[in-house]
Amino acid sequence: MRFIVFVKASKESETGVMPSDELLSEMGKYNEELVKAGVMLDGAGLKPSSQGARIQYAGGKRTIVDGPFPEAKELVAGYWLIQAKSKEEAIEWLKRAPFQDGEVELRPIFEVADFDMSNETRALHDDIAKQLKDRDKA
Amino acid sequence: MEAPDSVHRAIDAVWRIESPRLIGGLTRILRDVGLAEEMAQDALVTALEQWPETGVPDNPGAWLMTTAKNRALDRLRHKKRVELKHREMVVPDRDIPDVETAIDEDVGDDVLRLMFIACHPIVSTEARVALTLRLLGGLTTEEIARAFLVPEPTVAQRIVRAKRALGEAGIAFEMPPLAERAERLWSLLEVIYLIFNEGYAATAGDDWMRPALCEDAMRLGRMLAALMPDEAEVHGLVALMELNASRSAARVGPQGEPILLLEQNRARWDRLLIRRGLAALERAEALGGGPYTLQAALVACHARARTAEETDWPRIAALYGELGEVMPSPIVELNRAVAVGMAFGPEKGLEIVDGLVDEPSLAKYHLLPSVRGDLLTKLGRHDEARAEFERAASLTKNARERELLLKRAHSATSS
Repeated sequence: MRFIVFVKASKESETGVMPSDELLSEMGKYNEELVKAGVMLDGAGLKPSSQGARIQYAGGKRTIVDGPFPEAKELVAGYWLIQAKSKEEAIEWLKRAPFQDGEVELRPIFEVADFDMSNETRALHDDIAKQLKDRDKA
Repeated sequence: MEAPDSVHRAIDAVWRIESPRLIGGLTRILRDVGLAEEMAQDALVTALEQWPETGVPDNPGAWLMTTAKNRALDRLRHKKRVELKHREMVVPDRDIPDVETAIDEDVGDDVLRLMFIACHPIVSTEARVALTLRLLGGLTTEEIARAFLVPEPTVAQRIVRAKRALGEAGIAFEMPPLAERAERLWSLLEVIYLIFNEGYAATAGDDWMRPALCEDAMRLGRMLAALMPDEAEVHGLVALMELNASRSAARVGPQGEPILLLEQNRARWDRLLIRRGLAALERAEALGGGPYTLQAALVACHARARTAEETDWPRIAALYGELGEVMPSPIVELNRAVAVGMAFGPEKGLEIVDGLVDEPSLAKYHLLPSVRGDLLTKLGRHDEARAEFERAASLTKNARERELLLKRAHSATSS
């Protein structure tokens, strides 16, 4: 099973305050442990939301909203992508992360087996994928 | 307080994470992998008894380690007392190793030594697979049995026998000596790849995919790559597994029928696994490569092509040629025939296949007539093609594959 782990933003991460050397080195060690266990597949830290943007959809209308965004605790400051045998195992790994405060959110990623697409749904899905590809070529 | 059920699942998770270094550390002290696993299991049983009452401790790994250490220490003291009684002589105290410091030594080395013991050539391949999954993958005997479609007692017996054989042969818990190293590493890679392939393609029955074994194997491969970062072929194997796994979602249709590589929807290939696989391949090639690296390079040719038409067939044909030199095999030659057929025309491919039809090792191999049928179809020789597909269908043990081959035989008839 694969999981994405969202690391929630904080006032510090949103104002561009870099983590302490100590936390960075602890995090380095922690990541190394995840890699050694064959658990970590990917991961990255995100720049503050002031450098990001939101695209809002309403019918055919698209509205672009530039960052920063309020509610730091609702924003994402980084992510891990991990492979674990179960949700419990993923949780057990995350309990070991070197954070002093804050929050992470763990979400299982849909896998092949989770999709029980009917023929029609699959055909539709493939058709959309094809159209997108043709548009890319044009 | 947590519900007992969730505590059990949490204990499973802790076990999965901690068991390799726990068993590895205990094996170093006790010099007996069977006994070490027993002590680790004892600690697990104690946890199962106590944690539902007390809750899961803050540092469950350390708790298990301490409990197992104490068991090991008791066992060593007991053994020493028995020996004293028998021999009626004084055994100096240094015979009991300093468990506290011993167990905190280089943990990585313990896990690696444990991998080498589990894959020791003294035990059968099936037993190596079972031991590796059990000691390093944290799987239970029941889970292994289910994954490999064999009865649980069979797996249990394999494990017991293997542990006994390792104990009786007095296999040392150490890195293999230089003279054996290449062969021992080969066995390790082979076991991991066997686990992966078991998950990737069922050889009998309808169950086309048992993907959990693929994940177990990839995890073992990544662990090994971190422990032996300078071994080209370890990275080669990791690359091969990640690149093959990247196609999982695309290789089975909605009715569970297999979809051939060139007909797969590449939008469904997993970009993360492709990226990881290509990075591992780069490391492997920089370190010198080998048969696994070459196979990964072959798969990479497909992964890099955005459409089936973009596939670099001349490079694939050349890579199969190289692979055939380091690992001569009629199956490699058959694959080269396919690539040559794609790169330089079906008659060139058929020439190679025709040289293989009398190969005794391929007499029952369904892909030989299947490939031949494919090349004949392209040459417009439909009657011959149909006979080949029918023959291929009669040889495969996989029901889904048989269906596909019969369909091809049928369409050869109607065209």
